[in-house]
Amino acid sequence: MITIESLKFSYANSSFRLNVPDFTVVKGEKLAVIGPSGSGKTTMLNLIAGIIVPENGNINVAGTAVSQLPDAGRRDFRISNIGFVFQNFQLLDYLSVMDNILHPYRISKALDLNKTVHKRAIELAQQMGIADKLLCHPDQLSQGEQQRAAICRALLPQPKLILADEATGNLDPENKMLILDMLFNRVDEDDSTVLAVTHDYELLSRFDRVVDFHEFYGVGA
Amino acid sequence: MIDSLYIAWQYVRWNRGKTLVLITSITLIAFLPLALQIVLQESEHQLQSRAVNTPLLIGAKGSALDLVMNSLYFDDEAPQAINMQAVGQVEDTDLAQAIPLYVRFQSRGFPIVGTSLDYFDFRQLQIEQGRMYAFLGETVIGADVAERLAVVPGGSLVSSPDNLFDIAGVYPLKMKVSGVLARSHSPDDLAIFVDLRTAWVIQGFGHGHQDLVKSRDATVILNQDEKTVTANAKLLQYTEISEDNIDSFHFHGDESIYPITAVLAQPHDDKSSALLRGRYLDDIVYQVVKPDDVIEGLMENIFRIKNVINAVIFIVGIATVLTIVLVFILSLRIRRDEMNTIFRIGCSRMTTMRLLAAEILIILLASALLCTALLWLVKINSGGLVRSFIL
Repeated sequence: MITIESLKFSYANSSFRLNVPDFTVVKGEKLAVIGPSGSGKTTMLNLIAGIIVPENGNINVAGTAVSQLPDAGRRDFRISNIGFVFQNFQLLDYLSVMDNILHPYRISKALDLNKTVHKRAIELAQQMGIADKLLCHPDQLSQGEQQRAAICRALLPQPKLILADEATGNLDPENKMLILDMLFNRVDEDDSTVLAVTHDYELLSRFDRVVDFHEFYGVGA
Repeated sequence: MIDSLYIAWQYVRWNRGKTLVLITSITLIAFLPLALQIVLQESEHQLQSRAVNTPLLIGAKGSALDLVMNSLYFDDEAPQAINMQAVGQVEDTDLAQAIPLYVRFQSRGFPIVGTSLDYFDFRQLQIEQGRMYAFLGETVIGADVAERLAVVPGGSLVSSPDNLFDIAGVYPLKMKVSGVLARSHSPDDLAIFVDLRTAWVIQGFGHGHQDLVKSRDATVILNQDEKTVTANAKLLQYTEISEDNIDSFHFHGDESIYPITAVLAQPHDDKSSALLRGRYLDDIVYQVVKPDDVIEGLMENIFRIKNVINAVIFIVGIATVLTIVLVFILSLRIRRDEMNTIFRIGCSRMTTMRLLAAEILIILLASALLCTALLWLVKINSGGLVRSFIL
């Protein structure tokens, strides 16, 4: 699913350097990435998603050389093939839960918002246990419900890859497990791949593989 | 674009307080100069049309503007009075028809216009309800007076005293409403018309009281001889003219020296007009004015003031626009996380800009709609607004 070769990246005016000689994630794999803050975990997610481009090397996701695509191509690829789940959920408070879930379809021409998508959004919300909250606004939801809505938003375009950046960081222990189970169940159904950055060692046993970014790739200043 | 508008609509709806402030600010800054323009245009139209339709005014030397404003628009600033001889003088020239005007008193805030029946023909005023005044103490009222005071023919109006503390001054007179004029969309709608003699009764030149000769009350009589009977202050003076007491009303002195405020002169033709004006050129008592010349001068001054007001509104407008820009910039800062999130999801910078543009478009559209609605209200009510607050 993800193949990275001879990757080099640095930020302007920063001593930070990221070197990844090779890195592979197979299709359907659930991979946890751990490492200290500043080790480049989030940078790695951004590189895979095509938000930033490397100085050298190739990043191949689902058969597409993401780093070779132009800006617009990377955006279209990202919104169609990659689902993002953020630590702070990043739901828009002025939109209802339903509108938040449908939001990717409204901000990109690469996705077509039709009746089937609406139906799938409702099914997804039912599966995540927030079907009765679709007309609510995020501030009327608990933290766990907000993250479930954010996961619905990430999963609705049926992405091949889910990138989760500290997705359970703001949740209580009970919700952490519940939401991770929900996410993994759905990912299994869609035969998607998960790459999750986490600091939560309790969750690592649920993943197929764990990579310590700092240790394996010698990342850092 | 529809999706952008939908998201933008949700945003402005959610932040309704901020949206309302922005819409109100933009609406006001657009509305004020445009409304001012409409009201001034209507003022100009009303002032000019009435002035153009009034050929000449003759009044006491002094402010031409006061004379015109009082005689045409019944402004409560009465010019110095002249006397009825002025009417005779104009008629003696055989150059114009002369219509006397005496606009000095009020009733419940509306001007009482003492005039002759010729005035109604001159202004082409029609009676809609009741009949024209025929007796002393009767009045016909403008359509707006009837509407606002809810008075119909058969009702009554009382003239307002000149000065509450002047016991020797003008007493209130209860006048019977004989008719209501059809709406003319002019200051006549807001006036109470009486015969000149009724106006003089209000002033005290004419009065009615109990008959001293027939009176059985000896305490009323101060002094009596074969020819005259002198009454004391106990004498009952009538404050209402009725069928029973109308015969007791009488005037003292020579009516030709009774006061009026202006003579409305309607020359027979242009030559007569020029000749009449020439007769008053060197007159030391009277002045003759062409109302449209006076109003033109007034409008020039008003438009000069309007330009100053517009300049002030322009400066306030710039300040408002800058504030609105600042609000959007600060709003963008507050929404940086949101913008970053949608960018990470896959939204282009162009789409982000389109979302913001849609928000601005909605606010501008709402402001434009509100502004248009307000301007429409001002437009359809401008006649009434001008008659009520400016003229």
